[in-house]
Amino acid sequence: MIPFYTTDFGNPSSAHPFGWRAKQATEASRSEVASLIGASPREIVFTSGATEANNLALRGLLERVSDPHNRGHLITGVTEHPAVLDVCDTLELQGVDVTRLPVDAHGQIDAGQLRDSLRPDTFLVSLMAANNEIGTLHPLAEIGSILSDHPALWHCDAAQAAGKIPIDVKALGIDLLSISAHKLYGPKGQGALYVSRRRPAIRLAPLQEGGGQERGIRSGTLNVPGIVGLGTACELAASEMQGEAERLQRLRDRLVSHLTTNLPQLRINGHPEQRLPGCVSICFDGVDGRDLLLQLQQDVALSAGAACASGHAGPSHVLASVGLSDEQAASTLRFGLGRGTTTQQIDTVAERVVEVCTRVSALAS
Amino acid sequence: MIYLDHNATTPIRPEVRTAMLPFFDESFGNPSSPHTVGRRVADAVDGSRAQVADALGVATDTIHFTSGGTEADNWALKGVLDAHWLKHRSHGRLVTSSTEHHAVLDTANTLARHGVTVAYQPVDENGIVDVQALMETVAASPAPQLVSLLHANNETGVLQPVAQLGAALRERGVLFHVDAVQSLGKVDLQELAQVVDLMSISAHKINGPKGTGALYIRPGVEIEPLLHGGGQEQGRRPGTLHAAGIVGFGAAVEAATHDGLASMARLGELRDRLQDGLSDLVGDVVVHGGNVDRLAQTLSVSFVGVEAEAVLLGLDQVGIAAASGSACTSDSPEPSHVLLAMGVEPRVASSAVRFSLGWGNDEAQIDQILEMLPPLIARLREMSVF
Ligand SMILES: Cc1ncc(COP(=O)(O)O)c(C=O)c1O
Ligand SMILES: Cc1ncc(COP(=O)(O)O)c(C=O)c1O
Repeated sequence: MIPFYTTDFGNPSSAHPFGWRAKQATEASRSEVASLIGASPREIVFTSGATEANNLALRGLLERVSDPHNRGHLITGVTEHPAVLDVCDTLELQGVDVTRLPVDAHGQIDAGQLRDSLRPDTFLVSLMAANNEIGTLHPLAEIGSILSDHPALWHCDAAQAAGKIPIDVKALGIDLLSISAHKLYGPKGQGALYVSRRRPAIRLAPLQEGGGQERGIRSGTLNVPGIVGLGTACELAASEMQGEAERLQRLRDRLVSHLTTNLPQLRINGHPEQRLPGCVSICFDGVDGRDLLLQLQQDVALSAGAACASGHAGPSHVLASVGLSDEQAASTLRFGLGRGTTTQQIDTVAERVVEVCTRVSALAS
Repeated sequence: MIYLDHNATTPIRPEVRTAMLPFFDESFGNPSSPHTVGRRVADAVDGSRAQVADALGVATDTIHFTSGGTEADNWALKGVLDAHWLKHRSHGRLVTSSTEHHAVLDTANTLARHGVTVAYQPVDENGIVDVQALMETVAASPAPQLVSLLHANNETGVLQPVAQLGAALRERGVLFHVDAVQSLGKVDLQELAQVVDLMSISAHKINGPKGTGALYIRPGVEIEPLLHGGGQEQGRRPGTLHAAGIVGFGAAVEAATHDGLASMARLGELRDRLQDGLSDLVGDVVVHGGNVDRLAQTLSVSFVGVEAEAVLLGLDQVGIAAASGSACTSDSPEPSHVLLAMGVEPRVASSAVRFSLGWGNDEAQIDQILEMLPPLIARLREMSVF
């Protein structure tokens, strides 16, 4: 990234060598992003993050629904990120019929229920790959096969999944897919939207207009260093994904087994197998999560749930939808393991958590 | 290479780089996270917000970070007119000029397709909007309105009388958005900020990073978000904050305001040296906006009789990077809409080259250009078919 801030700092739209070098770099990155998800480079549109990618996919499509008397039907799930759910709320205000599929106790939608909810005027199904709070994967292959004989497009928010589990947009039949660089060790403020070049063509109305960059779908001077960072992160993720997933899986299992052996009142949220390798959400029944965080904060950076909701009061919509009471949700912490996490750290964290939980529950009783 | 295309983008300065790097490495946290790792980043973001607010002389919580000037422009226009629609169930009206940046022009076109009435004020031969005429346009309609004007034109550097307009519009209670992307760091914006309701700025034009900008929103202005989801930026602009970019923006604003006026005076002398030299040595050149207030480091000049593209190609071969029109439109061969709106003949407009100076340029470079360019133009004129 660094050279594209300093020496190769050109604007990729400029017609001189500074611009050409910047453009070459963004195009190389486009290929790397595409290859991570089995797409072709021309199907990648760079955005400022997954929030923007989600907004562009959902709002951009609505603009193309031209019948003012029937704005059509959209299906999503109750555990989606606010960057999907909040957009659906605004689309609903504009007359779109929105179905929000419930999830089971593991956080998965029911494929049969998806099939039954499809209508002739369903133009979009927005279902995420992996949930950001509990790590559950939706039944992606099943969703793809259900949608394969329906004209509705599938938008998949893969901000948490891309680079962590294999995703092949062509094999799965995904039409639109959101990626965020900072979730896969790239920089913040950078994302991408995959837009399938299927027939009939998907035409998105832009959210941001101006210079006509990204074939007019997303104007604005390209964030060249950010794009280069995203490309490199995708390349690294592709080559290290399998080994890293296995490593994180072992660490996660180690953490969970240590905790369950020592703390009987513990509940693991999310799907036991169909989940991200490095994400684990744990409900410490009877212990206040904020208390726990406070006691641990000197040594461990953890969160109660999604970072973007941290400022918000109120329990997580995801935990509520998998059947947790407000109290249980308030006792839940999310452990997000990653490339820097070591066995030693896991052991330390497990010990600290057990120690604090034991102390806190002793106090409470 | 000599880089004379600073209105397209700029390199980051060493102090900006130094400020940013920790936020890619050890301070990588998400500023929305409640733990120490996140809070440390949130503090840095707040510091940066204060730096940007101080440069404009406005309250800290009026600065909303975006992915750049384009997003800020789109948000200002769509957000205010959406809010009009939600409140009054009428489409409202947008008054702007014919020499705006495409981020405003293209957005205005879309709004027009959706039912908003759009009025484009003409400019005079110097590229300036007439204040009285604009106020008459505004007075002609009872609809809720937004006026959007470019402060400094990205192609010519010409400055609009936005401060005067701001005061007049404030008196009438009409909302006013100013695109100050090109003027930030080059002109003091503090007085202007007192009379506008919304202002767009961007980091990469002032030796900050690409992909970061901001929209100033005066307290009380009703504006809908452009993006939805997540509670960042007071619920108005969701998405994980681009912490490194924001910190870089703060550092760049700080550096620009610190030595801004001094370096503008220096760049102004270099620009004048270039302009005078070209006028003397080349002959038959037309300087656009040369008779009015404009950015000290911008020179838009037509070498009559030669295509700008040919000049740029020739310059490139001797290691000089300049532009025709703005970067974003350089893919399209049409003459600049800005120059045409100023009444410049298409033939002259299509020979316009923009030299935009910045941090890093010096007198030796200008002299080198003055040495290279006259023979190049002479050669092209000899070969020219028109
Ligand atoms: C599932 C999911 N979607 C979207 C986002 C938003 O991504 P970004 O932070 O790049 O805007 C996030 C992360 O915050 C996420 O976890
Ligand atoms: C006047 C003006 N407004 C807006 C923009 C767009 O800003 P950004 O490149 O940050 O999207 C630019 C630069 O391209 C500009 O010159």
